[in-house]
Amino acid sequence: MSKNIFVYCEITEEGHVADVSLELCSKGNKLAKELGVDINAIAIGDKLDNIADEVSAFGVSKLYLAEDKKLFPYLNMPHSNIVSKILQEQKADIVLFGATSIGRDLAPRVASTLKCGLTADCTSLEIGDHYVKKTDTTYKNLLYQIRPAFGGNIIATIINPDMHPQMATVREGVMKLEPLKKKVKPEIIKIDVNKYVSKSDFAISIIDRKIEAQKVNIKGAQIIVAGGYGVGSKENFSLLKQLADLLGGEVGASRAAVDSGFVDHERQIGQTGVTVRPKLYIACGISGAVQHTAGMDQSAQIISINNDAEAPISKIADYNIVGTINEVIPKMIKYYRQNSK
Amino acid sequence: MSYRILLLAKQVPDTRNVGKDAMKSDGTVNRVALPAIFNPEDLNALEFALRVKDQRKDAEVIIITMGPPRAADIIREGMYRGADKGVLITDRKFAGSDTLATSYAISLAVKKLAPFDMVVAGRQAIDGDTAQVGPQVAEKLNIPQITYAEEFLGFMKNKIQVKRRLERGVEILEAEGPVLITVHSSAADCRVRNAKRVMKYKYARTEIELQEAAEDYIEMLESRPYLQIKQWSVTDLKADVSLLGLSGSPTKVKKIENVVFTHKDSTTLSSSDADINKLVKSLISSHVIG
Repeated sequence: MSKNIFVYCEITEEGHVADVSLELCSKGNKLAKELGVDINAIAIGDKLDNIADEVSAFGVSKLYLAEDKKLFPYLNMPHSNIVSKILQEQKADIVLFGATSIGRDLAPRVASTLKCGLTADCTSLEIGDHYVKKTDTTYKNLLYQIRPAFGGNIIATIINPDMHPQMATVREGVMKLEPLKKKVKPEIIKIDVNKYVSKSDFAISIIDRKIEAQKVNIKGAQIIVAGGYGVGSKENFSLLKQLADLLGGEVGASRAAVDSGFVDHERQIGQTGVTVRPKLYIACGISGAVQHTAGMDQSAQIISINNDAEAPISKIADYNIVGTINEVIPKMIKYYRQNSK
Repeated sequence: MSYRILLLAKQVPDTRNVGKDAMKSDGTVNRVALPAIFNPEDLNALEFALRVKDQRKDAEVIIITMGPPRAADIIREGMYRGADKGVLITDRKFAGSDTLATSYAISLAVKKLAPFDMVVAGRQAIDGDTAQVGPQVAEKLNIPQITYAEEFLGFMKNKIQVKRRLERGVEILEAEGPVLITVHSSAADCRVRNAKRVMKYKYARTEIELQEAAEDYIEMLESRPYLQIKQWSVTDLKADVSLLGLSGSPTKVKKIENVVFTHKDSTTLSSSDADINKLVKSLISSHVIG
């Protein structure tokens, strides 16, 4: 059985391979080496001349290109039909998608077409074996798909023993971007688009798009002041903003704070938000459920401000300040101003 | 013929606010202590469906939910807010279904309610956060999907227009024919219960619930058919059992680890001026800030 790995390369508005897809190529390349197989990529869109070059530092051996004016911007049915057919024809064994609005729209439909499993928002991917006592069977070299579940209160390892391919989505920033020193251009395989899509795949049409560049960039911030449900109100979040502005950082938030309407969704950190690795993370009124800490526990230093000294976050924080936001943050601002030049 | 909108909804444990009472002494979650709620984005989806209904006088909204018998609670809740009917898919044979097996079961229920014009669901449920069942039901029905919907913009002749919310902007899509729509949390909040509807639907019951009801109650329900919540089993759906439950699920759980927080060296500080001054100074001297 072929054990090839495929990565769906998402194309950005500007016509480049999305960062998350390159991160997955990096991860896929490592898995491929472990398994002794090849890693292949699929890119679908319009004007894809630059794609081969962009993936050349990530060990991709074959690049499947489906190029057509009507394939950009992304539409679910044409893209899922093309991906499904390539995966079937090539007997793909592992398929990775970015857990973006495109990947999370596309991957489930592909999985349903191929009648295979799919694990969303994996935080770790490993290769391992699985032994079934009842039938005395050992499944070799399965993909362990590891993700928090049940609101982040458990960590589950998911496997697909029988029905392949094994598919997973991973959020941006979870896997490391590790370009190889030696660039090798992949072999390009052009897809005859008209054989893969039909007119009925275009039952939905895009009549308008307004693309706004991301307003905030918490992923790139060196310092993050994040608030949770414990911040209590939208007004109190302005305190966090003051501190973040002063330190040259960004404001982040837990899901509970976003769900409560204290702050915009684009600032959400954690399993269902972005993953960050700043040099300083100040967690304000964040209890520290795993779905949040999964997105920030790699921070170099963590300070927690919480009036509950026993909150779960205290276990991963370097410093735990026991107190309320309203008393602690103004003091931090005051002493920062006093001590910095 | 009426314009039929099918709403897929799920009853979920409220995993968002796992408070202290829900934590066991070993640091793991006591699931039994979590209340069962209407999945939040399914409420956004219900509002979406009701707004479509507001524009089409001939529209009806039917809630489909899969789960244990007590999941009928969310059908009643939906009725209080504006849904017309409900179907509970319940059977022990569904236990252990992953998203693929779940979408198979739900797609059979949807087909049983054909012809329909629109299927609406929340983007994802908070107990799994997978966002997979919606698109997989659409695939099984062989109809197009619109995910991440934020607003129903209206009917344009025989087409509908929907706004969807993406990471970096919005898209306006136009669709013809039956379509499945998953609704994002940024969409309008669901309208509240309507007192008249609460009075009308509070006696709505499934078959299982009726078995425990008194005789006169059953008579009342017979005279008011709108109070009957349909209940479908594997047999009613004529489902292939091998495609359900554990046997129909490609994904298996190999291992579950309860999350237990481990200690690392940490310093506890008070909120006193002295403590905070000292911390800020040390952060500056180590070039973490400043």
